Formats: sequence, C-alpha cells, structure tokens
Amino acid sequence: MSLAKTYPKEIKQILSKYPPEHKRSAVMPLLYLAQRAEGYVNKAAMQDIARILEITETEVASIVGFYTLYHDEKAGKYRMQVCTDLPCALRGADEFLQNLCGNLGIKVGETTADGLVTLEAVTCLAACDKAPMFQTQGPDGIKYHENMTVDKTMELIEALKGVE
Amino acid sequence: MSHILLRHREIPDIHKMNVYKKNGGFAAFKNAVTKMKPSEVTDVVKSSNLRGRGGAGFPTGTKWLFIDNKTFPHYVVANADESEPGTFKDREILESNPLQFLEGLAIASYAVSASTAYVYLRGESWDIATLLDEKIAEMEKAGYLGENLFGTGYSLKIYTHLGAGAYICGEETALLESLEGKRGQPRVRPPFPALVGLYGKPTLINNVETLTNVPMIFANGANWYKAMGTMDSAGVKIFSLSGRVRKPGNYELPFGTTFRQLIYEHGGGILDGRPVKAIMPAGASSSLIVVDDKVLDTPMDYASVRTLRSELGSASVIVIDDTVSVDWIINKTIHFFKHESCGKCTPCREGTYWMQNITERIHSGKGTQGDVDLLLNVAKQIQGKCLCPLGEFSTMAVVTGIERFPQDFKKAVKA
Repeated sequence: MSLAKTYPKEIKQILSKYPPEHKRSAVMPLLYLAQRAEGYVNKAAMQDIARILEITETEVASIVGFYTLYHDEKAGKYRMQVCTDLPCALRGADEFLQNLCGNLGIKVGETTADGLVTLEAVTCLAACDKAPMFQTQGPDGIKYHENMTVDKTMELIEALKGVE
Repeated sequence: MSHILLRHREIPDIHKMNVYKKNGGFAAFKNAVTKMKPSEVTDVVKSSNLRGRGGAGFPTGTKWLFIDNKTFPHYVVANADESEPGTFKDREILESNPLQFLEGLAIASYAVSASTAYVYLRGESWDIATLLDEKIAEMEKAGYLGENLFGTGYSLKIYTHLGAGAYICGEETALLESLEGKRGQPRVRPPFPALVGLYGKPTLINNVETLTNVPMIFANGANWYKAMGTMDSAGVKIFSLSGRVRKPGNYELPFGTTFRQLIYEHGGGILDGRPVKAIMPAGASSSLIVVDDKVLDTPMDYASVRTLRSELGSASVIVIDDTVSVDWIINKTIHFFKHESCGKCTPCREGTYWMQNITERIHSGKGTQGDVDLLLNVAKQIQGKCLCPLGEFSTMAVVTGIERFPQDFKKAVKA
C-alpha cells in the first residue's frame, strides 16, 4: 500500500504547512508518517516520498541517514533510548543502563527475544535534572520517562507488553 | 519575586486560554498590532536591552532591526531545538507556559512584518508539538492568529515543525537547511539569515526563552525590564542547574545572581556535602572553571563569567564535585560532539573522530602522557577552522580540562 493511499488526509495537512513551491520542507514530517506503522522507513516509502515531493530517492535517503530519529531497519516495537550524556551520567545514567542490560539480558543495541524492546544509548534529551531517564520511540510517538529506576522500567516494559 | 517566564509556578493553569487572558495575555500583542508601527515595537525591545537566550547573548532588538525591508516575504522561526547537554529550560516554558511563548513569537512576527512563523522543535518534543498545535488552533479561534487580525489587515500563521535528533540544527543556518527539507548542515555566512534566510528570504530566528520575555516587556515597560539584572545583562534568566547538586532543576533568577546562590541557596548544595571542583556554565560546550571562593561569588552575567575565562552561554550550569575526574568529563563531551558533528567541515568531522579515539585510550587506562599532549594538539587544530561553532565547542572542555586540571590526566595515564 503506498503512503499516498494510506494517509491521504495526513499528507494534505502536512503539505499545507509549507509554500507549494517549497514542498520539499515536508520531507521530515512525511518520514515520521512513513515510520509510524513499522518503526522504520522502507524503500517503497522513500520512493513514495520522493514522488510526492518531486525530489530524488537519494535525497530522501540522505535525510533518513542524517537524522537519528529515522531508522531504515526494523527493530523492537519500542526503542528504549537512555540518555548517557554528561549531566545524566553525573547522576548515575551509565550504571542505570548497565543494570537494565543485566535485567533484560541484552546488550546496548540489542532487542529482547519477544521483539518488544530495543535498548539504545543516546545523546542529550533535555531532561538533565530528572536523570536517569529515557524516551521510548514507538507506534504512539515519543514518550519521556524520567527519574527512573530499573524496577520502574521493568514495570513499564510489562505494561508495554499489554499495549495493542 | 514572582516569575516572569516560569509563571505557571504561581498560576498553575496559565496554559489555558481563559487563564492566560485573565492574567493579561494577548493584550500586548493586540496593542502592538492595533496601536503601534512595527518599528515602534522593535524600539521597545531594543530599549529593554533584552539579549538572545540561546547562548550567544546578541541584542534582540538589534537582531530584529537587521531584517531586510527591501525583500519580502519575511519569516520568523522560533528556535526550540534545545539540545545542549545541561539545557532544559525551553522545554519547561513550552510545556507549561506555551501561550506566553506564542504571544512573544506573534509580537516578533509583527515587528518584522512577517506573516508566517515556524516553531522548529527538536524531534524528541513530540508531545510538545501536539500541545502547541492545539494552542495555535485556540489562538486562531480566538482571533489572535489568521487573516486580517483585529481588522488591521495584518495576517499571521504559525506552524510547528519537528526536527529528528540533530544537535547541529540548533545552529540557525543548519536549522534553516533542515526546515527546507535538507540535511542540517550550516551555511556559509555571510549572507546572514536577516538578508538570506528561509527559502532565501529575510528571516528572524529567536530562541524560545528570548521570545517568552517579550510579552512581559510590553506589559510592564522596557525600563521595568532593564532595571532587573545587571548593566551588562538585563532582566531575568532561567538557569538550568544539573550535575552533582541536591536539587537540580530550572531556576529563574535575575542576571547577576552568584554561582554560590544558585548552587547552595537554590540547588541545596552538593550531594553528600562534597566540595565543588569545577563548573561548566554553558553546558557541554563550556570551558571548565576551576572553582574557588572567588568563582563561587562571581555574578552570573555574560561579562562576569567571561572574566573567569568561560562563557555563560545558555546558562546551563553543570556542577562537578571532587569525586569526578576531568578525563572522564571530556570523554563524555567528546563522544557527544563526535556523534553530533554534521560532517561538513573536515577539522570538526575528523578532529572529533580522532579526539574520541585518543580519549578512549586514556579513559581505558592505556593512554600515556604523549596521548594527552596529542589530544590537546588535535583540539587546538580544530579551533578557528570551522563554519559553525560546533567544532569550537568540541574543544572547549578538552583544552581547558587538560590545561586547568593536569593532575587528573597524570593520574589517568601510565607513568
């Protein structure tokens, strides 16, 4: 199913934000749209976006490659992205991530056996006063989880299992 | 003193239209559009001495004056790409006092005769974008955005645009590239965005906190604003306090508040009662300040922090105690900048890569004093050679860390 057929209303709304002669500006919101269903942008979607915006597929791919929130490979349903930058690390973020790895039985970058969670270490998420913290990137967008402990995180993962 | 920016701390529902209006909301915007010429609006901001809160501290009114009035249309872009490690102030404004920010953006748009404004948010601010879209719709319904506002013929539309995880897009020309649907890589300047900005048109770019000051300046007058803070740095600032303090968080205080007041009175002092060893006042981009009593009693304004051979920047004060070694600090900052380098300028792209290799060697206990010297050498070769400040930023903690805390590196390397 092409992007244009799946999300006609959303695409129209996105394009209305930018001058028609500069519709290339819509590439980022369209990529989020393309990523919504499966958590990554496949080749067909990139072709669709190129067609809608009248740019080349390579130009679309270069955007996917440049920005860290776009993915071109399938991962877990939720990407759990733990900030390990300096201010968070000063409040125990590295130890938190390590303990989380231990509890989940995976390394950073790996996905749990049930395909639910991919654990990642990321750079600053502007929540330095509420470390340890992470965001989940999933079908419902991006959510922040702050002042976290390993126990609270394991409870969250249990809850995510129940989400349709 | 009650808050000027973080007003939700006294007025909990200020994000709601009726509450915001009851507290004076949109009076400034309506008054500006119906009773003032755009140039008069700019004059007020100029005489308030408001300076940009994104880090550079450039005079805001002067920036508005730079917009080229020979070429149209004009655009305004609010920079909400807050990504500097240690900075989390704009997020609180947007989440809790969004209408005051949007009113500031609307006033700025009128002042530079722009009919379209964008809010460029960091991609992680997914929920904030949804909230702002709701607030923008409410403003349209209430007649504060849209066509022919207050019957004057002035029209204004505001749109949100989400980035996708790139620190570099906080740099204003990279932000414009990103908004145009390209990779976020900085442009060669000049020409500056005031002449050639979004879609090649004159564009004003202001930080969220800067814009959020504006409605209050109009409500209370430029002189009222100027009376707060110091001669050099007028008004109030949100200090994002993080690191090894008991109570990290945002503190809105007048410029000129000392480090000691921020850390001990507001931040509750250091964890476990340890001494402060170093301060990074401008996030991960900071020069490291060696802390003594004189430093703690230094007022936080742009000029005073410069006397400590550092910069106030966006006032993201990261506090480091004596349990932390500086070789570990720069290992963290180098990894950040290596990840965020956009790759356009060779000194930054290659320099951060090699700095990362060397700092990893030192950090893993396999380094020698020769590695420390090499790291310093590589950092100094990046300086002054890049299009945007990211390259420079990547070296600040490295150079000042090695030069001001040599004992930490002696301990970290093999004899």
